[in-house]
Order: sequence, then C-alpha cells, then structure tokens
Amino acid sequence: MLKVTDLSVRYGQKQVLDHLSFSVEEGQWLMVTGPNGAGKSTLINAVTRGVEYQGEIFLEGEDIRQKKPAELARCMAVLTQSHEIAYDFTVEEIVSLGRYAYSTGFLSRPGSQDQEAVREALALTGLYDQRNRSVLTLSGGELQRTFLAQVFAQNPKLLLLDEPTNHLDLIYQKQIFGLITDWLKKPGRAVISVIHDLSLAKAYGSLALLLHHGAAAAYGKTQDVLTPSYLNPVYGMDVARWMKEMLSQWEDKSV
Amino acid sequence: MKSPKQRFGVLEYLIFTALIAVIFCLCVCVGSVNIPLGKTLSVFQNALSSLVRQYLFHQPALSPAETVSSILLTVRFPRVLCVALTGASLSLAGAAMQGLLKNPLADGSTLGVSSGAALGAVTAIAFGIAFPSLPFAGTMVMAVLFAFLSLLIILGLALKLDRTLSSHTVILIGVIYSMFVSSLMSIVITFAADRVQQITFWTMGSLQGKGYKDALILFAALLLFGGMILLHARELNAFAVGEENARHVGVNVRRVKLVLLIAVSGLIGVCVSIGGTIGFVGLITPHLLRMLTGPDHRRLLPACLFGGAGFLMLSDLAARILLRPRELNIGIITSLAGAVMFVLIFYRTRRGRSC
Repeated sequence: MLKVTDLSVRYGQKQVLDHLSFSVEEGQWLMVTGPNGAGKSTLINAVTRGVEYQGEIFLEGEDIRQKKPAELARCMAVLTQSHEIAYDFTVEEIVSLGRYAYSTGFLSRPGSQDQEAVREALALTGLYDQRNRSVLTLSGGELQRTFLAQVFAQNPKLLLLDEPTNHLDLIYQKQIFGLITDWLKKPGRAVISVIHDLSLAKAYGSLALLLHHGAAAAYGKTQDVLTPSYLNPVYGMDVARWMKEMLSQWEDKSV
Repeated sequence: MKSPKQRFGVLEYLIFTALIAVIFCLCVCVGSVNIPLGKTLSVFQNALSSLVRQYLFHQPALSPAETVSSILLTVRFPRVLCVALTGASLSLAGAAMQGLLKNPLADGSTLGVSSGAALGAVTAIAFGIAFPSLPFAGTMVMAVLFAFLSLLIILGLALKLDRTLSSHTVILIGVIYSMFVSSLMSIVITFAADRVQQITFWTMGSLQGKGYKDALILFAALLLFGGMILLHARELNAFAVGEENARHVGVNVRRVKLVLLIAVSGLIGVCVSIGGTIGFVGLITPHLLRMLTGPDHRRLLPACLFGGAGFLMLSDLAARILLRPRELNIGIITSLAGAVMFVLIFYRTRRGRSC
C-alpha cells in the first residue's frame, strides 16, 4: 500500500531522516519507534507532505507528490498527539471536518454519504450522545476520541498516528488502541504509528521500524526488530531487563 | 437534541436585514439636524422617481432645492452607506484573520495591518504617487499593497520567532510593528509638511464627507474580496481548528492561505484608504457574533457582514451626536470599545485554555 524508497529529510545542516526504505501492506500495522529525536515525527510529516523530502513515497502505486491535498486526504488520515483548541466547536463540527476532502467545491453541501460517515464515526467512538458538546469542555481522552472520529470519518486507507495516546490515562490508551485494532480489521486498510512505548509497539504492531539518528537501525517483523540485539545499542541500556523489572512490580507477592 | 445548524438560514438573513434597515434609517435621520422618518422617506421617494425620470425617460432631473433633502441625499445617505460597508468589510476581514490564525485576538488593528495600510496611503499622498491608468486610485493601491506586505512581514517574523504561531507572539509582533510603522509615518509627514492636514486624517479615521463614489468602491471591494472570504468558510473552519489539522483533512493550505491573505489585505487596504484607520471593528463584532452563531464560519461570516455594518453605523452615530454639535472621529469610539473588548477576550481565552 505504502512504499517508501530512500527517504531523506534535512533541516538546514541537520540530516533528520537518512535514506529510509520500508513498505506497509494491507492489514499491517507498522510501529515506528526509537529514542527521542530519532526522526519519528518527521517521518509522519514527510509522508503527509508537511516537509520537503528527497526520495520516493508511493501510495497505492502513485507518487504522493503528484496528488492534490484533497486526493491525498481521501487516502490517508493523521491523528496527532495533542490538540490546542481555540474556539468552542462542537464534537460533531470537528468530526465533520474529516469529510472536507470529499466535497471541495465552493458551494457543495455535505451529502447524505458525508452525514452517514460522520454519524458512523461518532457511534464507533461512543461520542454520538455527546455530539453537540463544546470541545472546550472535553477531557483529554474525549478530545482525542473526537479527533479519532474525525479520522474515521475521513475514511482513509492508510491511518497515520503520531503518539496518539502519549499523555492519556491508561483507560483511554486501551480504548483508543482497541478502536484502531477494530478499524484495521476491514479490508484495504493499514496503520503506521509513531510510538515510544515499546510494550504497546510489541503488543499491537505487525511490523516495526527502529530509528536511530534518522537512520533505520532495524526494520521487519515486530518480534524480530524489537529484540535486545537491536534495542540495547540504540537506547544505550538493557531494555528488556528494565521492562521486566518494571513489570515485576505488579507480581502478587502476598500469595 | 437538535443538531446545530450549519448554515445561515433565510430566517436569520431576514432578521438581520430588518435590524440593519432600522439602524440605517436611525442613522440617516438623526444627526446635527434631526429629520423625521416620514420626511426622510418622502425625500428618498422623490429622489428615486427623479432618477427614474432622468434615466428611463430622459427628462431633466428635479433639482433638490430644499436643504433637508440636500443634507439627506448628498451628505448623510452616502456617509451612512460608506460606514455600513466599511463596518461589514472590516469585521469580515477580522473574522477571516481570527479563523486563519486560530487567534481570537487577531484584527487589522492588533496585527498592525491597518497601520501598514495607512503608511501606504500616507506615502502616496505625501509623494503624490499615482498610477497613470488609475489616476484616482494611487492611495488605494498603495494601501492594499502595504497591507499585504505588512501581513507577510508580521507572519514571517512570527513564524521565525515561534513556529507554533502562538497567539501572544503574533499580537506582540503586531504591536511592535505598529509602533515601527507609526515612526515611519512621522518621517514621511516631515517630508510633506504642506499636506499634514490631509495626512492627520488617515491616522484618526473618519468617514465624514464621503460620497457615492467611495460607497461604490467599498461595495466593489466587498463583493470581490469579501466574496473570496465567504467562499472559503469551510477552509476557515479547518484553520480555526489548527493549520496542521487543515492540512491533514485535505485543505490546500498554501493556496487557501494566500487567497485569504490577499482578500484580507484588499478589504483592509480599501477601507483604510477611504476611511483611515478605524480600529478594533474586526475584533469586536466577530467575537460578539461568535457567541450567537458559534464558531462555524458558514454562519459566522454572513453574520459578520450584518453585525459589522450595524456596529459601525451605531458607532458613527455616537461619534456624531455625543458631543453635538462637535463631531468625534469614529475611530475614537471603536478604539474605546475595542480596548475593553480586547481585555475581555484575553481574559476569557486564558481562562478557557485546554489541551
């Protein structure tokens, strides 16, 4: 579905992404991981054409440089980690924006298909009863679900997630990953997410791309990439041991 | 629960039109000389029928001999018309900037765009700049051009200093830019001592003595540039949520931004070249109307046309009658109201901040 060849991004002198090549097929969930500053978010920005890049990015066999913004938005959608809201839009108004790319004409009204997509997205995320609430009154988790509904309404083939649950309570983290897992079950869909929680990456990913200073330290199936031999040099510590130590705090010692 | 309406309905248009008509009549009738409504209407009826006679039947026009009808037809009516059009234009431009920059404090006056436009107009007057093909439009072209350049400078600086374009950075730069421009203006004025009187006018803002020609230009600008803004209501919604989000849902961010910046500069430039800098109109009316219509620009923008016209007509009325027979500059009234409003909005946005 998405094929990236030799992708490089520079900010001035700094090489942020260094000759990356990877691909994602239908039904797969690619986890892009690595330490802070490894270039994870820049990768998402390049794929959504937010930054200039060298190399090639093909979506379903077409160069994304050749696509108009609205065409691109019908194929892929992005969920970012935080949202600063300035005006009191309603939940439904935010979700409806996901349908923008489907009627770009000056005078076009949202059709029944658009309304249906919005309704469905609201129902799927459990926000239908709250659709007329102002987004300024929502909690962080509810706000993130609102933007997830927007992304669902956009009905993309490829879903890009940039640390979608970074500062959310655990319950919302579980909720959002559950919703995305269900979304991915339909045919013709794929997910790429930037994530630094390695446990989540291991639990939900089918592919993993481990970045180190903008270059690929490892790429392949999750269970092959997220192993001590690749992780430890990149993170400069014994990752697995630390994780196990943390988990051991939860073992029931009273029994 | 009823889902909120997406568009400005026929009913809303009717209510707002009626309201504007009432304010318009009030502003035409009341002034240094109060003229009863019945008299006003009969003067208009006569004027209309004489126009019809003149143009349809090629008969000579009846000369408006009475002072009352000459006050109404040659002074008050065109002036109130100009005021209404300026108010509509400025508040539409304000609403567009607030959406585009996701910043409820953005306005021609707070960002320094109006000052920039005024500098353009003043430069044109001081150095007698005119364009051969457009002999009367030198000040206007310069005002529009300077307004656009000012926007580019302010946004460029803001982007360099703070990539997130946070609201406070932009406003701060706007304030500094205004100061910078006003000192440039002083320099220009020292070069043109013989035209100080004319130039002082620009810095104060007034629509005293404006005629039908000005009204026509304002109307054309509103039709062209205002139309560009109204047609981008959905894109403005996306920008008001966030520029990044706008890009992600498929808005052609660069193109739409350019179109809207041109439209905003056009509106502000034309308004400033005709009425001088009338501050804060674009801050006050969109903010008040947003409470009524919600932030959806498909409802907010049409409401701003009416609201801006009404607000500025009432401000002009206040300017004319508060210290009757002396007249205040309209910019004084709007700035008084605007400064208070700025503090209120600032307070509300700081309190209502969420992630």
